[in-house]
Amino acid sequence: MKPADETMMRPAALELVVNGERRSIAVGTLQEALGVLGYGDVKVATALNGVFVAANRRAETELATGDRIEIVAPRQGG
Amino acid sequence: MDAIEQTPGAAGRPLTLYGERVASRLLLGTAQYPSPQVLADAVAAAEAGIVTVSLRREAARGGTGQRFFELIGSWRESRGVRVLPNTAGCRTAREAITTAEMARELFDTAWVKLEVIANDDTLQPDLFGLVEAAGELIKRGFKVFPYTTEDLGAAERLMRAGCEVLMPWGAPIGTGRGLANPYALSTMRNYFPGVPLIVDAGIGAPSHAAHAMELGFDAVLLNTAVAKAGDPVAMAAAFAGAVRAGRTAFEAGLMEKRDMAEPSTPVAGTPFFDLGS
Repeated sequence: MKPADETMMRPAALELVVNGERRSIAVGTLQEALGVLGYGDVKVATALNGVFVAANRRAETELATGDRIEIVAPRQGG
Repeated sequence: MDAIEQTPGAAGRPLTLYGERVASRLLLGTAQYPSPQVLADAVAAAEAGIVTVSLRREAARGGTGQRFFELIGSWRESRGVRVLPNTAGCRTAREAITTAEMARELFDTAWVKLEVIANDDTLQPDLFGLVEAAGELIKRGFKVFPYTTEDLGAAERLMRAGCEVLMPWGAPIGTGRGLANPYALSTMRNYFPGVPLIVDAGIGAPSHAAHAMELGFDAVLLNTAVAKAGDPVAMAAAFAGAVRAGRTAFEAGLMEKRDMAEPSTPVAGTPFFDLGS
């Protein structure tokens, strides 16, 4: 058993939907989520709950349980 | 005829889209090719000045998007090929607006091929959602290329919203049926003599592309007909030739159609011709 105060220090895991899949991660902002999820060095664009979030706004965009995140990249198209 | 002669590209005048001069009248989609190399060779063979691109969900640590981004960047550097990001698959104005915003950031262009799809079977444009999304995007500074039908009322609303280019369908996306309603497309051409009009979707063969160009359309946009050809690179070259031929024919002025035959060889002096017999 870890001391209770150490557990309290960690951020609570958020229940998120990332590109349509349920993920449980302990992060505060969209920027942190991208890092934890493995998009740190990948060129992507993002939307939160259907609304575009510009790259320079990710660090100040706080997440909450239930949020839906879209992470997209360039692809071939017609 | 007067109206047609005023079209933006008529009589050798270059095609201009949102103030940008475009050398090629063939816009090519980048999807469904057998390999990135075949895609690159097809874009070169088509002499395409604009290619359409898209956005899709990226896997963690994925490099797929980055590799494609580098490929289109190399075309831009070597031949000045522009990208036109689409909002393919969007079902509502809201989805299309968010997708356009994401595309503008990733591709660093305000151009967007706006698709709002009404129905999965026909992939028909939802004209109501299209007009709504176009108006909002133009307020946000986008240069909108709306994928629309030949409906003149919708076209007028799109232009009132600020669209400077319209992209009516030839036939539903991916069908390869050519110009399903040439009468309506011809009417649209004549109704909007000063607006750049690009036939988008449904083009299956070079003859279809030539047909659109002969009607006076400013350009054509196609994808599947090249990507799914037995030899995509050769087909891209065939389309480039057809677009050039159709445009040259339009500028040269096609003959009037007649109901009855008329001899092309002069009648006067025909041997054995005797009015009295």
